[in-house]
Amino acid sequence: MSDYLIQQIVNGLSLGSLYALVAIGFSLIYGVIRLVNFAHGDLLMIGAFMTFGLVASDLVPWAAIPLLVLAGGFLAGGLIERVAFRSISGAPMITGFIVTLSASVAIQNLALIFLGSQPRNFNFPEVFRMRLPIGGADVALIDLVIPAVTLLCALALTTFIRKTRAGIAIRAVAENPFAAQLMGISIGRLVFLVFAVGGALAALAGLFWSGKYGQINPLMGFLPGLKAFVATIIGGVGSLPGAIVGGYILGFSEIAFVGFLPPEYSGYRDAFVFGLLILILLVRPQGLFGEAEQERA
Amino acid sequence: MLRVEDLHVTRGRTKVLDGIDLTVETGEIATLIGANGAGKTTMLMALSGLLPVASGRLELNTPDGPLDIARTGPVDLVRAGIVHCPEGRQIFGRLTIEENLQLGAYLSDDRAGVARAVSGIYDRFPILGERRAMKAGNLSGGEQMMLAIGRALVAEPKLLLLDEPSLGLAPQITEEIFGFLEELNREQEVTMLIVEQNAMLALELADRAFVLETGRVVLNGTGKELLDDPAVYEAYLGVG
Repeated sequence: MSDYLIQQIVNGLSLGSLYALVAIGFSLIYGVIRLVNFAHGDLLMIGAFMTFGLVASDLVPWAAIPLLVLAGGFLAGGLIERVAFRSISGAPMITGFIVTLSASVAIQNLALIFLGSQPRNFNFPEVFRMRLPIGGADVALIDLVIPAVTLLCALALTTFIRKTRAGIAIRAVAENPFAAQLMGISIGRLVFLVFAVGGALAALAGLFWSGKYGQINPLMGFLPGLKAFVATIIGGVGSLPGAIVGGYILGFSEIAFVGFLPPEYSGYRDAFVFGLLILILLVRPQGLFGEAEQERA
Repeated sequence: MLRVEDLHVTRGRTKVLDGIDLTVETGEIATLIGANGAGKTTMLMALSGLLPVASGRLELNTPDGPLDIARTGPVDLVRAGIVHCPEGRQIFGRLTIEENLQLGAYLSDDRAGVARAVSGIYDRFPILGERRAMKAGNLSGGEQMMLAIGRALVAEPKLLLLDEPSLGLAPQITEEIFGFLEELNREQEVTMLIVEQNAMLALELADRAFVLETGRVVLNGTGKELLDDPAVYEAYLGVG
């Protein structure tokens, strides 16, 4: 294998993992309440700025930063649910879309006011900037850490959804909220939980994003959020494995597009991503892992 | 066990329940019969806290004294022992049989007790035990009904609300289900309120029966009394 190919595979894995981390939240929330949370991408930005602040302040050892970012994302995701979503509970779904869209605009503008519109540079701790030689290629350590941690998170989340009482309840609400209420399940608490868990993973993606690209700004969450949403739809919205696989499909295709076509095409990578979405939806409207809408007996 | 006085419930702009009075004593099987649209399902939804009550008193007797149902949320009503087995079974088809039964005891922290209750259901309905790891959506209609009742029972109901347990089932299976309900009432003294279209079946089983017509109780008595009542016979039991 040529070192160029190895490099591209690692890049695809790393970018795909970032999309997958964000896509999981989209899919979890959609699965439970059939709502697309348009503010979800901004949690990536919040995670990035939390990382920036924690690294710059030098208050905590760097090993604690990911845990703090996860906790912060959990709270921020939950806060969006409490402030924006819960206040309109019972309203038609279209109101939910508008509310999350407004939340997104509000978060971005608050960040612009308080953090400024200038992009900021920062460098990760020395360990993460290390490079490793693999099969002749010179690979950044962080591009290996990202897929490893993503895999770990995906495993933990899958186990949580499959085995725990709250996980079973989440699947029950996703299938039949009315019957779930009859079991004594409080839907509001589970909705808070999925917003918060999704927020934690998106914030973690923000930490990685800033470490990988070294530059952050208040509007940075928009495009990754949109692309992660595309990944969710490719995988089949509401499906957890679908979100992960969709993330990797998108990451690999984007890297392949940029890496193997002449450089003058690379400016069209976003057009390519959305074109790919349209193609896949033409063939499989429900996404790769989605179940076709079926009537209940 | 349950006392309902002058209950009014509106859905949208429609008055669905228009002054219901009804009592169910501990250990009884009570039934609500009546035509489609009489308000039977609405009555059960109000009792499990899923619909707001416009006015009236709804009281459940508990060991801690009377509980005002209208001011208690659905979660706490399940905790207090009002368990609702809904129309159309509404089992979770994509979850396994075991997971369905576990969810029945969602609020219980006594995991050993839940395991005992679940294995009790498997003893009574061996078919569910054999297929415990299977997706519940693969079960037949009758088996789904057994699962729906089993799921309600692991919640250890004081008052079990059953909405149309015979709906869509073959007569033979319906008889088996009703036989089980009777056994449950006799042996475990579960109090029940059953809504049923099959009035004959329901009246034969019930200690006490209420006939609902456009949101009002127009007749009540023991199951036997109503079975012998010519008016009831003509309206709900007569053929043709």
